[in-house]
Amino acid sequence: MKIRISDDALAIACGADSIVSALEARGADVDRVSSWGMHWLEPLVEIDGEGFGPVTIEDVEAILNGEAGKLSIGQIEDHPFIKGQTRLTFARAGKTRPLSLEDYEETGGWAGLSKARAMSPLEVVELVKGSGLRGRGGAGFPAGIKWETVCKADAERKYVVCNADEGDSGTFADRMAMEGDPFMLIEGMAIAAHAVGADKGYIYVRSEYPHAIAKLEAALELCQHIIAPFDIEVRVGAGSYVCGEETALLSSLEGKRGEVRAKPPLPAHEGLFGKPTLVNNVLTLCAAPYILAEGAEAYANYGMGRSRGTMPIQLAGDVQFGGLYETAFGATLGQLVNDIGGGTASGDKVRAAQVGGPLGAYFPPALFDTPFDYEAFTEQGGLIGHGGVVVFNTHVNMAEQARFAFEFCAVESCGKCTPCRIGSVRGRETIEKIMQGEAVDENLALIDDLCETMQFGSLCALGGFAPYPVRSAINYFPEDFRPADDKER
Amino acid sequence: MLTINDIIEAHKNREGPLLPILRDIQAARGCIDEHSIVEVAAGLNLTRAEVHGVVSFYDDFKSKPHQGASLRVCRAEACQARGCEALVRDAEAMIGKAMNLEPVYCLGLCSVGPAAIAGNGDVHARLTADKLVELVKANE
Repeated sequence: MKIRISDDALAIACGADSIVSALEARGADVDRVSSWGMHWLEPLVEIDGEGFGPVTIEDVEAILNGEAGKLSIGQIEDHPFIKGQTRLTFARAGKTRPLSLEDYEETGGWAGLSKARAMSPLEVVELVKGSGLRGRGGAGFPAGIKWETVCKADAERKYVVCNADEGDSGTFADRMAMEGDPFMLIEGMAIAAHAVGADKGYIYVRSEYPHAIAKLEAALELCQHIIAPFDIEVRVGAGSYVCGEETALLSSLEGKRGEVRAKPPLPAHEGLFGKPTLVNNVLTLCAAPYILAEGAEAYANYGMGRSRGTMPIQLAGDVQFGGLYETAFGATLGQLVNDIGGGTASGDKVRAAQVGGPLGAYFPPALFDTPFDYEAFTEQGGLIGHGGVVVFNTHVNMAEQARFAFEFCAVESCGKCTPCRIGSVRGRETIEKIMQGEAVDENLALIDDLCETMQFGSLCALGGFAPYPVRSAINYFPEDFRPADDKER
Repeated sequence: MLTINDIIEAHKNREGPLLPILRDIQAARGCIDEHSIVEVAAGLNLTRAEVHGVVSFYDDFKSKPHQGASLRVCRAEACQARGCEALVRDAEAMIGKAMNLEPVYCLGLCSVGPAAIAGNGDVHARLTADKLVELVKANE
């Protein structure tokens, strides 16, 4: 009997460790593996391929006695949530022990790096360009072009920096990749280092992810000899959201305040310590091993329009089947929220879905036919960002969400540029006036003007995108901004 | 106990050593006070203003040790959508006073919120008011 339980932070938060202890106390042998990403079933106990979940301590006896039929979901691989996915980046999710080099090698690990090292750096760059891979952190910039710029930059020292400062609420794919398949990220960075000519890499992880930090450090120790002479160091953030912005992240790595820098110069030319630096998101780097091993075309065959490959989409908030769903670009938001996510967990109606984190737009069900694609979301005044979808039920007050967007921006602003630093504070105050019913029309006009200034006048995406949640809330849910006791009436 | 100097020496030769040093001081002392700032500035040949600027920028660095339970409850959108605000209100009503809990903005447990992280790094999900009260008491 082969028993497997995830050691991902989410499974642990749901009680996986105590289930493991209870099983072991009864003499069972348990393997700790990565998470399948079916979060509503965690802690998920897998016995010879069959899944049981969510399991509580009281169920342990029944599971060992083969009497837990009511918790069974059948063979996990055949579950519709898993079967419907195209898992390229998360191909190992649920299947391997995160820190087992043996498991990693057996499942095709290091094949991409071997291929890359047999190629010239520019050939690797061309391959990544051909795959159509775009930055998965949010901006969607073509990864191959970034790699090419750093590759062609002339310098004695260059860096590869992995942006693992996954601060967007509703996103956890980076965390799952780091905790569940750390060697994949390390391999991706080693491929990138070969392509751009770097000998030092940093992974900047947010301090809110202690489990990911521990896994990465343990994994690096185990595989140092494989990636040598390339060397990677884990650096831990200190609770600042704006450090997910690449130039702020570099400032933070240098030991400074996490302030955003004006571009140009691009980090690809003058990045960490003034040296050419490749900054990529976790998922971008994690896509590299597959692209190298299977070829650019294998990756580019998935997707729609200019969005090629797959996107690990994260279903969160009040959603019945929350978790990680990796699929080719092109599924509609409605399919994701209602069909795959199963609507709300609370049983209430879906009122809105915020896509792309705190700086993403709120979509009403009327716009759920929007396909998951960079350009399609831009057209609707939104962004796919890092691929997080947060579902809200009818209890949400959209004026409060707009207020929160400004407040979050005010708290997290690095303070470097005025539109973001001052605009976010004034925005919050003005929304509060609207919520009190004070001069609603004039204040909405002010908000619109302010959003315009922030969107076009801010130095980075924090101030520049904060208008997305605000404007979408006002445009699609105007009734929430007209309280019944409107003093104008 | 490690002295500030031990911590500085441990990281001094790394590239960009300031953040790792400050993280270690915060972890060892529970805060980074004026005295630590002076020592770090001297150790790295920086001005006190530079070090103070960095310390005050990051939420993880505190000038005084935190009072109350070392438990941070996520207050970001995904946990809002799963009722974290009502949860905190209900728990405070049960306890009969404000809990003075530090917020955290996202633990990456967004599909199983409301979520919280304790000072020792333990994570908790699917919180109910009962469970939150229990956690607050356990982490006081």
